[in-house]
Amino acid sequence: MSDQPLVLTAHETKAAVGAVPAVADYVALLKPRVMSLVVFTGLAGMILAPQPVHPAIGLVAILCIAVAAGASGALNMWYERDVDALMARTRHRPLPAGRMAPGDALGFGVVLAVGAVTVMGLAANWPAAALLALTIAFYVFVYTIWLKRRTPQNIVIGGAAGAFPPMVGWAAASGDVTLGSISLFALIFMWTPPHFWSLALYRSDDYARAGIPMLPVVAGMRETQRQILIYALLLVPVSFGPYVAGVGGWFYAALATLLGGLFVAGAVAVWRNASERNARRLFGFSILYLFLLFAALIAERLVGGIAWR
Amino acid sequence: MTAVTRPDDRKRTRSRNLALLAVLAGLVVLFYVVTIVKMSGGSS
Repeated sequence: MSDQPLVLTAHETKAAVGAVPAVADYVALLKPRVMSLVVFTGLAGMILAPQPVHPAIGLVAILCIAVAAGASGALNMWYERDVDALMARTRHRPLPAGRMAPGDALGFGVVLAVGAVTVMGLAANWPAAALLALTIAFYVFVYTIWLKRRTPQNIVIGGAAGAFPPMVGWAAASGDVTLGSISLFALIFMWTPPHFWSLALYRSDDYARAGIPMLPVVAGMRETQRQILIYALLLVPVSFGPYVAGVGGWFYAALATLLGGLFVAGAVAVWRNASERNARRLFGFSILYLFLLFAALIAERLVGGIAWR
Repeated sequence: MTAVTRPDDRKRTRSRNLALLAVLAGLVVLFYVVTIVKMSGGSS
């Protein structure tokens, strides 16, 4: 825990006593920017599953994944309101800025989480609902509460929470967990550390101020550069998992080779020189990398589906 | 719950209530559609 929780007391009191939060504040709690990648990978999992899903049920399942991601964001902001007040990037969020009482955010997050899981179970199936509940619980309890403030391995293990959505989407369509959906999980799981650490390289001052033990803060820049390169190298073979599992075809494999090479090249550049420019470039590329690989899988499936008919 | 007296607070409360109305209306439509799909055997 931070040793400066008193910073918030005045804000929290003000929020608890008088302020009525605006709709925009509730929307901000949902972390809409994070939600977009979660929805995209969840949709990919659903499209890539071998069983088709009714479009209306599919839409509801994607909505549930989005709402669950938003609920996780709200619960994360509720728990992290003290450290959020200490970081430039997060101090304007509704709770540290005093625009909302903590209890409102907690209630909002819990209601959305329970609602998303329940609707997923009723509309799609209960294995998908169970996976969705696991995703929320993993993000809130394992990552946010347990790991984030204790170990620099926080995003390595906690990254699993961000890797679950394609499995949830897959399960919403097929009702099961297979090697195919696990290969999608593994791809995001292995991608998360170099993605976050490249951001942490140029945000380490913020994390240090908040007392969050991100790798550059605890182990230094050099070790972070080394770990980014190691995980980038490990990511390349893991990225062929969907091809091996039969989820992707030759086009995906070719793209994974090309993009994997570029990812490693970016990691080598950061390893040689951890300038903000190199780190920002790798961070930006990592987002494009994941987007393009999933887009390739979706395109192959859709084109293949049309060809068979 | 404290009484809402300030004009800004009243405006925000009204917006929040309208948003909640939209969400509830959306849920009604959602449950209707899911029920129709399930009853017609269209789900997987």
